[in-house]
This record gives sequence, C-alpha cells and structure tokens, in this order.
Amino acid sequence: MQPLINETVALSNEEVRRYSRHLIMPEVGLEGQQKLKASSILLIGTGGLGSPLALYLAAAGIGRIGLVDYDVVDESNLQRQIIHGQSTVGVLKIDSAEQRMRDLNPFVQVDKYNVPLTSENALELFAPYDVIIDGTDNFPTRYLVNDACVKLGKPNVYGSIFRFEGQLSVFYANEGPCYRCMFPTPPPPGLVPSCAEGGVLGILPGTIGTLQATEAIKLLLGIGEPMIGRMLLYDALEMSFTKIRIRKDPNCPVCGIPAEKVELIDYEQFCGMPAHDKSEFGKTTQNGHVEEKVMSEITVVELKARLDSGEDVLILDVRNPQEWEISALDGSLRIPKPQIEAAMNDVLAGRKPREATVLAQIPTDREIIVQCRSGARSADSIKFLRNVGYKNELVNLKGGILAWAREIDPEMATY
Amino acid sequence: MASIKIPTPLRAFTENQAQVVVSGGTVGAALDDLTQRFPELRQHLYEGDKLRNFVNVFLGEEDVRFLDGLETEIDADTNLRIIPSIAGG
Repeated sequence: MQPLINETVALSNEEVRRYSRHLIMPEVGLEGQQKLKASSILLIGTGGLGSPLALYLAAAGIGRIGLVDYDVVDESNLQRQIIHGQSTVGVLKIDSAEQRMRDLNPFVQVDKYNVPLTSENALELFAPYDVIIDGTDNFPTRYLVNDACVKLGKPNVYGSIFRFEGQLSVFYANEGPCYRCMFPTPPPPGLVPSCAEGGVLGILPGTIGTLQATEAIKLLLGIGEPMIGRMLLYDALEMSFTKIRIRKDPNCPVCGIPAEKVELIDYEQFCGMPAHDKSEFGKTTQNGHVEEKVMSEITVVELKARLDSGEDVLILDVRNPQEWEISALDGSLRIPKPQIEAAMNDVLAGRKPREATVLAQIPTDREIIVQCRSGARSADSIKFLRNVGYKNELVNLKGGILAWAREIDPEMATY
Repeated sequence: MASIKIPTPLRAFTENQAQVVVSGGTVGAALDDLTQRFPELRQHLYEGDKLRNFVNVFLGEEDVRFLDGLETEIDADTNLRIIPSIAGG
C-alpha cells in the first residue's frame, strides 16, 4: 500500500538524536521519521487502549496527536490505563495524558477535545487527522467512528478487548472492508457486557493498543502489510494469535454506497444502549421526553433508614460471586444477573417452569430491592423478572453498592 | 469430532466451556448439535433458522457465509469458531 503521508517536516538535531533507533532502519530512515512528524493521529478514548497508544505514538514522534475523552481519571482505571497515575486521579484524562506525553516527547503537539464523540461533532473532529484510532469502550461509538471514517475516507485502526480476548483490524473502506462488513448490526443490549461489567485483564489493552499503534505507523509510512481485510484474534489464556479474513460486503449499508451519501445516525438508538455515562439515552426526564419511567428506585439513604428502623427488607444482589467477595450488603439474597437471564430464557422458551430455575429463590409476593455495582445490571434484572411475570414491587437501588460505599459506609471496599 | 470455539461472551451459556466438541457433517449440523446441548445458546445464534447477522462463524480463516453457509461440509478435524462482537477499550 502507498504511504498515507508523502510530505515531510525537517527534524532538529535533538530530534535526530531522539529518533536514532528509527533512523538507522531502512524501513523508516530519515525520510520516514520526517513523514511521521508531518503526520496526525486522532485517538478516540484515552483509557485502556488509548494509554499505550498515546504513549507509544508520542514516543515514536507523530507530529500531532489528538485526544478525545471527557472522563476524569479514577483509581479503578489504573489497573490498565497506564498513561495516568495516582497523582492525576480526579484530573481530566486528556490533561493527565498530555502531561505524560509531553514528558515523554516535548516535540509532539497534543490536541485535546474534552467532549463525548457524537454524530454532531465527529466529522469536524476527524477531518484534520490522517488516521483515526478507535479505542472506545462501547458499541454506539464504534459504529459512529466507523461510519464517520467511511464518509471521510479515513482509515480506522480498530482494537477491541473483553476479559482475556482482543481483536485488531484496520477498517479502511478505500482499500477494503469496514467495521459494518464484519459486524453489520450490534449484538442485542445485554448480551456482551462492558469491561466495567465483565472485567478485563489489565495487560490486555496494552497488547492490543500497542498493535494498533504499530498498524498506524505502518499505514503512515506505507510499510509492511496492513491489517486491511484481516482481523487478528488474540486469546491471552491460550496465548494464541489467529488471523481471519474479512471481506468487503458489496451490499454494506455504509461502505457499499458513495461516501458522500453516508449519513451519521443516532447510534444509541441503533445499538439500543447508551454510548457514555453522560448520555440521556434511556433515562427519564422531568417532561418524559426520553422514555417513560417504568422502574421504581430507592436511594441508599432511604434504604439505610428502612434497615435502621428494623424493617425486614429483602435485598437481591445480582452481581457475580467475585464481586460479592469484595463487598456486599449483609443478608442479601445473591443470584448473578446471567443466571436470572438464563432462567428467564428457559421459562419463556417453555423449557422449564419458573420453580425449576433459580427464580424459585426469588419471591413473587413481597417487595424486593435489587442491587448491583452501580445500578445498571439490577435494572436489567428487574426487566427480566417482569418478563417472566413478577408483579410484586421490584425496586432498583440507585447507584448500587458504589453509592452505598460513598454515602453510607466509607469503609467499604469499592472497585 | 469437529470442535467449535466459544467466545467469552457466550461461555455463560456453555457452562464456561471455551471449546465444545460437536458431531455433524455440516456447519449447520454442528451448530444444531451445539445448541441442542446448550439450548439457551440457540436464541443468541439464530433468528428462526438463520444465523443472526451479528454472529460470525469462521472455518479456518474464512467466514462460512462466503463458503456454503450452514451447508458447508466439515470433517472430524474441523475447528469452527464463533467470532464475537466485543467493544471494550
């Protein structure tokens, strides 16, 4: 493939010294390094994948690196988001990342965008960059990144992770398939948990993020064989790297039509899930514009008051056993959400009566307060129970055990 | 016997098995055997009698859609894999 970048920018003597290990390789050389300096890359997300990406791309001497993220650094990020540190907990991720990148390489320009990526701002944000790298953590944003890249004719260096598995590809519609050729529609909400819900090995984004950075450099310089039309599947437990072929779908609704006709849509609607935690998707508003409220909620303060009054409250904890080990409310009934969902499916498919599933433990005749880590899985579980005919009062604990730890029991371990 | 590699998100429905040995002479028969053993999996893989379009089944490095789909013949050494859509980052 031809290099994406043909222009060059002169290097100072200091830069020549800095990049000497690149300069002495014929595949890069002085000209290649000057091309990297003339290049620009936009990183969507400064989290697990974004951390190694920003570090290595800054170190490699990419001239201009854009960071799109609105989040602040939290301690629970540091197990994998190694560009941040204890000293930047509470700081905007883009500011924290910039500090580290500038320390690593003061010759790199860092552009910061403290916004969630949306259909309204994506084209404007992407336009001034040569390569877009998808390091986001949710389906709606992944479809958005893809469609915007197809529309603008830019390569999308894709990496994705879950637990011990990772995927890598380059979706570049000018030269091969796009993300939608492989994944035309997202999985139904709830089937694939997020990393916040399902967990991820902290090192995994390091592996996949560095592979993405490698692909970006290859594209810019036109060296080697880019992962266009191929996907790498990494399984850390097997320690296997498997490559598969991805074909361009001539009927792809996005890259199968002229680029100028591609329209950015409402990706949260398309995926049936919110793109980020500032999203209004699926939330109740005062005037009921978004979605009618269907679920009753209780705050941790209200729950504490009821427990303190000696009331016999039934709390159903739908987190996974590994999470119960970290912290749990005393006396709660504990059944993981996947088991509730599986039971619902069995009942709805007529495979088993309710009484023959874990649902037998969940009473149908009294109020139940349903609780998880932050309130999302408990809300899903309430929907599952409603689906199989629970008519009793099912109340979601707002903010989950994290809210309990924050507001009621600061001694409690959080994660 | 052929085998099917199960991606992490679907292992909740295969008693956490990462690899399931299956019988059958075609991709469709192998998937039928799999989903008969793990009935909850069926609704995640199929819509009626068609594979859901977010479910990618690969034989070697090829998507079975570009071979003969569910009719693609397999033998005892075949390793199929279901490629999940994952979004973590």
